[in-house]
Amino acid sequence: MDKNRKFKSVLQYFVLAVGSVVMLVPFLWMILTAFKTASEATQMNPFIIFPSVWRKDAFLSVMSKMNFLRLYYNTLVLIIERVVCAVLTATMAGYAFGRLHFKGKNLAFSLVLFQMMVPSQIFIIPQYLMVGKLGLLNTSFGLLFPGLVTAFGTFLLRQAYMGLPASLEEAARLDGCNIGQAFLYVMAPLTKSSMVALGIFTALFAFKELMWPLVVNTEQNTMPLSAALAKLQGQFVTNYPELMAASLLACIPMVIIYLIFQKQFIEGIATSGGKL
Amino acid sequence: MNREKTVSRREKSEFLWGWLFLLPTMAGLIILNIIPIFQTIYQSFFKTGAFGKGNVFIGLGNYSKLLQDGTVWQALWNTFKYALVEVPFSIAIALVLAVILNGKIKGRSIWRTIYFLPMVAAPAAVAMVWRWLYNSEFGLINHLLNRIGLSSVNWISDPGIAYISVAIVGIWSVIGYNMVLFFAGLQEIPRDYYEAAEIDGAGGVKQFFYITLPLISPTMFFVTVTRVIGAMQVFDSIYMMMEKSNPALVKTQSLVYLFYKYSFVEGNKGYGSAIVMLLLLVILLITVIQLLCQKKWVNYN
Repeated sequence: MDKNRKFKSVLQYFVLAVGSVVMLVPFLWMILTAFKTASEATQMNPFIIFPSVWRKDAFLSVMSKMNFLRLYYNTLVLIIERVVCAVLTATMAGYAFGRLHFKGKNLAFSLVLFQMMVPSQIFIIPQYLMVGKLGLLNTSFGLLFPGLVTAFGTFLLRQAYMGLPASLEEAARLDGCNIGQAFLYVMAPLTKSSMVALGIFTALFAFKELMWPLVVNTEQNTMPLSAALAKLQGQFVTNYPELMAASLLACIPMVIIYLIFQKQFIEGIATSGGKL
Repeated sequence: MNREKTVSRREKSEFLWGWLFLLPTMAGLIILNIIPIFQTIYQSFFKTGAFGKGNVFIGLGNYSKLLQDGTVWQALWNTFKYALVEVPFSIAIALVLAVILNGKIKGRSIWRTIYFLPMVAAPAAVAMVWRWLYNSEFGLINHLLNRIGLSSVNWISDPGIAYISVAIVGIWSVIGYNMVLFFAGLQEIPRDYYEAAEIDGAGGVKQFFYITLPLISPTMFFVTVTRVIGAMQVFDSIYMMMEKSNPALVKTQSLVYLFYKYSFVEGNKGYGSAIVMLLLLVILLITVIQLLCQKKWVNYN
């Protein structure tokens, strides 16, 4: 029995370790390739794993072709705008759906559910035409546009408000708060963890989104990182050290933020996914 | 009398505040989502030429073209094949990992951090590095295969294999996400269930099938439904990994890839709209079927 248990435990660590190698190798290969020369990267006999000299040539070359400062800035602005809009609108709507009783609520909520069930590609052509008509292609507003409100976030915050005890709100009302004050001072602060979860979810989605930025912002100085990376590949397909250097530069800020706040990231995803 | 007055005043104020709070979200949803659905349906009855050639009404023309368009049906089939590889494997592997992490394991948060890492990487970067790993001449994977005496594989240019290669990238990317959801579900199973099972002499495998699996079935259902919907919309990895000249593209491109190509590369938004309507129909059908089947295997409580 004891031997069996020991074997089981070793097997578990072995599975985790092998899996981790599979998860990490692509990232390591990205780093190693980025510091090689093109000929080192494509030399097969002998196969080179570590660069002979750690060169930053690929980084310099790719930074001369792409304005990374600008791309970081565009991405950061997009993320901040999306997070602020999502948290603000969803907190308000979530409160109304979760705690208030009024005519038309159920019909309104069915629109929220409907939006969540429909694949988002169905909205893209009309959204693109709207942004075009407003003359806002290649602007930061154009990138933000589909993220002005969030059905998913509204649903998430509604669940959070429904989980709060009714007595709190009653007490606030008895103290003379109107509904707006009860919301602002008593109820909203209690949903902080759901707001953080929605913020993280929104930020990750904005960072990773590819099709919308490709469609709406085609000029290099208004693109976010994801679209700029996609465009880069078309320009020098075979120079892998440069492509890997650009990928590395695109991934590093989010990875660092993730490593610092990994607990919030993972818990945020767990609550936002689990609550649905 | 007085009481009635306060009740109706309260009702009135809830009505006003409620709609005030809903206003931004409802206005946004109507402008960004509800109107666009009708516009997409409307658009699908028109033929759109590139660069302002204008809309020409062709009735059901796009749909009858779509019914006869072999590439669209091939793309639908490709999307199914992709989902059939990505969804079961990403769920099974993630569940095994979550069960291991839920036991007595040292360094749980480090393992979790590693498996979740691909979730925070830009899909464009992920696709590029995998394309490099898959490279048939200089890629790391073929090099390793050759090392152990196997011959090279054309990972993304062999029409019979490319969809699996793309699905592997999808599995790798999403395992951490599924794992985190399963882990949260497992944490809610009371420990005593397992202790009782142990006293009754049930081994690990039995415990998994008689305790873990039934109790985690609601999480499993949620993950399956969202993963299927996600997999049916695969686009990023195909767009980034498959060049237009790739001989395997026809056997790999997804419905959303075709939608993007027709709508934004070739400028035929009418046909693109018809394709996305087909996608909507397929996703709704699959979701309804899953909801109906849920009673058979999902165990609430």
